[in-house]
Amino acid sequence: MSDSLKYFRQNRLPHIWCPGCGHGTITGAIIRAIAKLKLDKNRIVVVSGIGCSSRAPGYLDFDTLHTTHGRALAFATGIKLSRPDLKVIVMTGDGDATAIGGNHFIHAARRNIDITTIVMNNAIYGMTSGQYSPMTPVGMLGTTAPYGTVERPFDLAKMAIASGASYVARATSYHVQLLEEVIEKALLNKGFSVVEAVSQCPTYFGRKNKIGSAVDMLNMFKEHAVNVKAAAVMAPEKLEGKFLIGELHNQSAPEFTEEYQKLIEGVRRKFDNFQGGVRECAQNSD
Amino acid sequence: MTNAKLMQGNEACTLGALAAGLEFFAGYPITPSTEIAELCSEELPKIGGKFIQMEDEIGSIAAIIGASLTGRKSMTATSGPGFSLMQENLGYASLTEVPIVIINVQRVGPSTGMPTSLAQGDVMQARWGTHGDHPVVVLAPGNVKECFELTVKAFNIAEDYRVPVVVLSDEVIGHMREKVVLPEAKDIKVSTRATPEAPGGYLPYKADPDGGVPLMAPFGAGYRYHVTGLFHDDTGFPSNKGEVADVLLRRLQRKVEKAEPVIRDYAVESVDDCDVLVVAFGSSAMSALSAVRQARAKGVKAGLFRPKTIWPFPEEPLHDIATRAKRVIVAEMNLGQLVLEIERVVGGKAPVEKLGKINGELFKPEEILAAIMGGQR
Ligand SMILES: Cc1ncc(C[n+]2csc(CCOP(=O)(O)OP(=O)(O)O)c2C)c(N)n1
Ligand code: SF4
Repeated sequence: MSDSLKYFRQNRLPHIWCPGCGHGTITGAIIRAIAKLKLDKNRIVVVSGIGCSSRAPGYLDFDTLHTTHGRALAFATGIKLSRPDLKVIVMTGDGDATAIGGNHFIHAARRNIDITTIVMNNAIYGMTSGQYSPMTPVGMLGTTAPYGTVERPFDLAKMAIASGASYVARATSYHVQLLEEVIEKALLNKGFSVVEAVSQCPTYFGRKNKIGSAVDMLNMFKEHAVNVKAAAVMAPEKLEGKFLIGELHNQSAPEFTEEYQKLIEGVRRKFDNFQGGVRECAQNSD
Repeated sequence: MTNAKLMQGNEACTLGALAAGLEFFAGYPITPSTEIAELCSEELPKIGGKFIQMEDEIGSIAAIIGASLTGRKSMTATSGPGFSLMQENLGYASLTEVPIVIINVQRVGPSTGMPTSLAQGDVMQARWGTHGDHPVVVLAPGNVKECFELTVKAFNIAEDYRVPVVVLSDEVIGHMREKVVLPEAKDIKVSTRATPEAPGGYLPYKADPDGGVPLMAPFGAGYRYHVTGLFHDDTGFPSNKGEVADVLLRRLQRKVEKAEPVIRDYAVESVDDCDVLVVAFGSSAMSALSAVRQARAKGVKAGLFRPKTIWPFPEEPLHDIATRAKRVIVAEMNLGQLVLEIERVVGGKAPVEKLGKINGELFKPEEILAAIMGGQR
């Protein structure tokens, strides 16, 4: 742990999260994965949107950017394209990533831009006091779903895979070791990586749905999660009401900023290493 | 005259941006601004710069803020509908003091409006489009050459004062072609943001309270600092204290107020002895100039004041001139936006009349002439 502590802005603690909130556990897992890989903290940028989850970067000792609701990936895209040598990590919530930021999410995946995205999925809008999100399961309660939501939730992992992400995994704040492992692999993947980190919001999701304490919520994750390897040999009816954890997709694909760099090199060869400044444009000058 | 070229305003904006050191462009296609994105996609790779077509304008402005934080001069270009989408993050750039340039080639709105027709309806949106009090600088080119010059200036102001700068062009200025002599690179003044010398004790938002500009470290250089759209103190970390918010917002406002006499830019014609002063900017000012000259030929003492900095408005010079005039006419392609600021600036020293037009067609000089003549022949 001492190795991990050096990645925290210890003078910024204590954090704002409620007792029992899963976001701290997930933040810890991210930092331990970074520590294990011995990543240079001067070459990491962590970007977030708005939400309880998005407050995490403020506690981390990197260049950190707390942006606007849903837009973390768009800001991160600018950073990564401008400085492909930096490791760019996005920390976001289920609302941030899949509601207001859903469009940026699928496009970042489509480009396979080398950004590691950790979605802290507590199936609720925590920051704004418990409204349902696009990840809230049917029938669950939220302050804007007093009779239970009738909307169908996203399967974030499937959406990421279909959109073009090259690494996709899921774990929970109960399965911390697995979480750390998949984050480590996500950080190593050259391309768009998504880790859906299932988190608990005891304050709103837990209370509203009468699940009980944070511990009860963690037990719920334990009971409902099935490792994808185990699931492969299980009968479909046994998987009813369960969700898969583990590595769900790992398939390398051309990475956007590398491809753009190749484009630049090709163009510069063609234009004989033009040095910049005002020049005549071949087109549009008529 | 080797440098003389026939080009359109959008092209001149792009060349101005490149001359000012543009390295990063993110945008989403929209008429009548698209030529800027197209030209950037072609030119930037040649100098090792980056172009990206984002999924929308919200993402475009987000991406250029991100790129600017890494130390690269960054820009986007759009028109009304896209400019509306950018407003939240424009406020973000304002509060976090990230230099960016936005070219808004105005078209007729609201909504999809008339995509290929002229309007100047974004005067107030450019100033107040995002929520909350905030500093912003808005420049308005009146011809193709100024598209080049004011885009260079926009970058310099953005870098010097760490503010978002909007170049408020319009459909006619953007698409009009003129022969332009571009200055040589060595004759172009280019500013680059002041950066701290080395990490260690860096306070990202430390500036003198009276409108100072903090030093800006690039991301990825070992400073490891925090940027947030929450109100923050000198350390950059969020604060809920009312006095911290008060100090920060007043400094941001003061920063641009103090800059006004330095960045102020306007053009005048025949204002020394004018009885009827026309105020117009952008393409409307071309018609106004012609109208003023025709009025002079008829013996009416007309003059033209053409602001190139619209926000903050060049208050003092206009006030002086208007004080000596008998009438002030504000000609703009909207139903009365800049006129509100002109009324404030003139402060009752002369009656201010509004001449608005919203049919998408450039003012005919005769229309403005008729207003100048006020019924006389
Ligand atoms: C444009 C905009 N719309 C709405 C909000 C209000 N808002 C703040 S956080 C949030 C939801 C956050 O939920 P999630 O991303 O799931 O994160 P959590 O708080 O649960 O960790 C909302 C709706 C906002 N800040 N900005
Ligand atoms: S409201 Fe929920 S998500 Fe937010 S800090 Fe509290 S427990 Fe965590």
